[in-house]
Amino acid sequence: MAKFETVEVNTDVLIVGGGMAACGSAVEAAYWAKKNNLKVTLVDKAAVDRSGAVAMGLSAINQYVGVKDGQNTIQDYIEYVRNDLMGITREDLVANIARHVDSTVHLFEKWGLPIWKDAEGNYVHEGRWQLMINGESYKVIVAEAAKNALGMDNIYERVFITEPLIEDGKCVGAVGFSTRENKFYVFKAKATVVAMGGAVHVFKPRSSGEGLGRSWYPPFNSGASAYFTIRGGAEMTCQEVRFIPVRFKDAYGPVGAWFLLFKSRATNGLGENYMQTRRDELEKWKPYGLVKPVPANLRNWLMMLDVMEGKGPIYMRTEEAIDAIVKDVPDEKERKKKLKEVESEAWEDFLDMTISQAILWAATNTAPEEKPSEIAACEPYFIGSHSGASGAWVSGPEDLAPKEYFWGYANMCTVPGMFAAGDGSGASSHKFSSGSHAEGRIAAKSAVAYAVDNPGAPKVDTGKVEELKKRILKPLDLFEQHKAASSDPDINPNYVKPKMFMFRLQKIMDEYAGGVSTQFTTNKQLLEKGMELIAFLKEDAENLAAEDLHELMRCWENIHRMWQAEAHVRTIMFREETRWPGYYFRADCPSMKDDWKVFANCKWDPKTDKWEMMKREILPLK
Amino acid sequence: MPSYVIPDKCDGCKALDKTACQYICPNDLMVLNKDTMKAFNRSPEMCWECYNCVKICPVQAVEVRGYADFCPMGAMVTPLRSTDSIMWTVKFRNGMLKRFKFPIRTTPEGKAVPDGGYKTGTDDLKSPVLFTEPESTGMSELPPAK
Repeated sequence: MAKFETVEVNTDVLIVGGGMAACGSAVEAAYWAKKNNLKVTLVDKAAVDRSGAVAMGLSAINQYVGVKDGQNTIQDYIEYVRNDLMGITREDLVANIARHVDSTVHLFEKWGLPIWKDAEGNYVHEGRWQLMINGESYKVIVAEAAKNALGMDNIYERVFITEPLIEDGKCVGAVGFSTRENKFYVFKAKATVVAMGGAVHVFKPRSSGEGLGRSWYPPFNSGASAYFTIRGGAEMTCQEVRFIPVRFKDAYGPVGAWFLLFKSRATNGLGENYMQTRRDELEKWKPYGLVKPVPANLRNWLMMLDVMEGKGPIYMRTEEAIDAIVKDVPDEKERKKKLKEVESEAWEDFLDMTISQAILWAATNTAPEEKPSEIAACEPYFIGSHSGASGAWVSGPEDLAPKEYFWGYANMCTVPGMFAAGDGSGASSHKFSSGSHAEGRIAAKSAVAYAVDNPGAPKVDTGKVEELKKRILKPLDLFEQHKAASSDPDINPNYVKPKMFMFRLQKIMDEYAGGVSTQFTTNKQLLEKGMELIAFLKEDAENLAAEDLHELMRCWENIHRMWQAEAHVRTIMFREETRWPGYYFRADCPSMKDDWKVFANCKWDPKTDKWEMMKREILPLK
Repeated sequence: MPSYVIPDKCDGCKALDKTACQYICPNDLMVLNKDTMKAFNRSPEMCWECYNCVKICPVQAVEVRGYADFCPMGAMVTPLRSTDSIMWTVKFRNGMLKRFKFPIRTTPEGKAVPDGGYKTGTDDLKSPVLFTEPESTGMSELPPAK
């Protein structure tokens, strides 16, 4: 076995991840742990300042309920989320996040995040729930509060967590390795908060050359949360509810500000507005098709119908929108000033969060006030915090959850001691960056309570840890063992390198599970064939090889992706209907069915290596 | 290519134990070639173009060239980030230049206080009230769910 020092870290509450949810966990856990004499440790694959989905920055905060100013109620938010997800949502979880999210946003402002204000000093809304921010340093600021709360001594950066530690069905920590030095880490903890983000690069992206990395959601979010919870034996939910955002084509710049703030329309190549010409289609998806705003997946769907009929390209009519904003300003000087202001806002929207889109506009000599820009549906992603819903099935809060949804501690998975937040927890969509942070806080307080109630030191079988170490480092060993068989380290009959392994997974998912090239359409037979190919892939995962630490990280990222993929395919197969046509279309059961107004959950049993599929009822608040 | 390093400018952050770009890259892409003492992006096709290496480089040795598989040549977007604002220079393919400046934070660097100055309203570990609440909600108690 490759020579790796084993580093053991004993703690009470372990936070795995470094993004918004993890940083929320850190500030909340630090307070309650100090009061109760407990230790909190955070471990991140990257550097906390710039890790996770907000690494680049953001131009808006997408969840702010505005309860204190009477703008909305928690019930309004629940309704919005329920409709957007076609009825499939955990109201207790959504309500819990919604009642804390404003508090979190107010903290962001105190920490130094510039939130746009109008002349009266009120937040500037992009839409009903969205606030405009100067968000280049959003993550840096949120990370700073987390670091100040925990202290750098309790933060491990560049350690990639690959596997949960499970004893007697309880989570007692996690193991992983440093991506910088030959060290294997064993974190023993009474409670573990899983906040490692969602998954990208499970499906083949539209750009497969250099632009492979230009996914909408970050390529370094590789399914670690899903893997960790599945492998721990946790019940998972909404694994079929992938997310497909519509974005500016190729560079994937955000469209929210254009649709909501600038009130832009999108039209097809013939100048038709598919939201009007295809209005009748929405009848088929009622009651959700008839609500305002039209659910994200149905907006996608109407656009996809145009594309499938050969009516592209689809354009965001930026020139129209800007003209509508400035044309009524009577004074010419004022009009020019207004134009300049809108132009600056439009560019900041990209520069804050998708700089590539600014490059693409500049490279194509695009001035938004002069010509429209193409938009398109991205490849599918797994992100429970946006309009997707995949994640672990977690307990609701005692005061809101019906008894079927409550098992002792808010945000605890069905595995005791394991908590999930952000993209790690499912069926609580539309939490975005701010709600993920708030949910991280909820999960952390709850994890501290669990650690206080279960004070015994975690029992960890050292033999098992050694086995895990051997398994995790195996790709390095395999490379050493077989490298002499070929003069090209990437082509060797004895092993597969992580990059080609990833392409193989992406091809399977793209062609059998409804990716971009099959226009997001699949059926039972295609899915069965896909499962057959995933089974071969799973066997070959045992033969992944790594030349160095970086490749070892890539090997494990792709194993994580593969498990996310399997949970997805199994659940799409299980749900015999089409409920989110703009996310995926089951051609063999093309409509929504009443008896499928349930959660489709799944669970992998670590003892038997078998998957179980189950339906769970949708229940209102207690 | 995403991010690339200009050899004439990169000094390998020799005064530090690791290069700044290597420290910050969320995808573990930036590495230092120990022979030339120049950093490089080892896997441009996995680069998100997040610009964190560009923003952090102490000698402005890192730039981004748009993804060659869909982006026409000739554009350049360059940030200059200070402690409270960021200045962007956007150079178009046709030579046009645009410059934008945006604030990035309202407090001194490093000074984010975890509780934001809000009082803790409960000692109860089992209560749903979080450590800065209810004050940070702007209300006297948690908003009702129904």
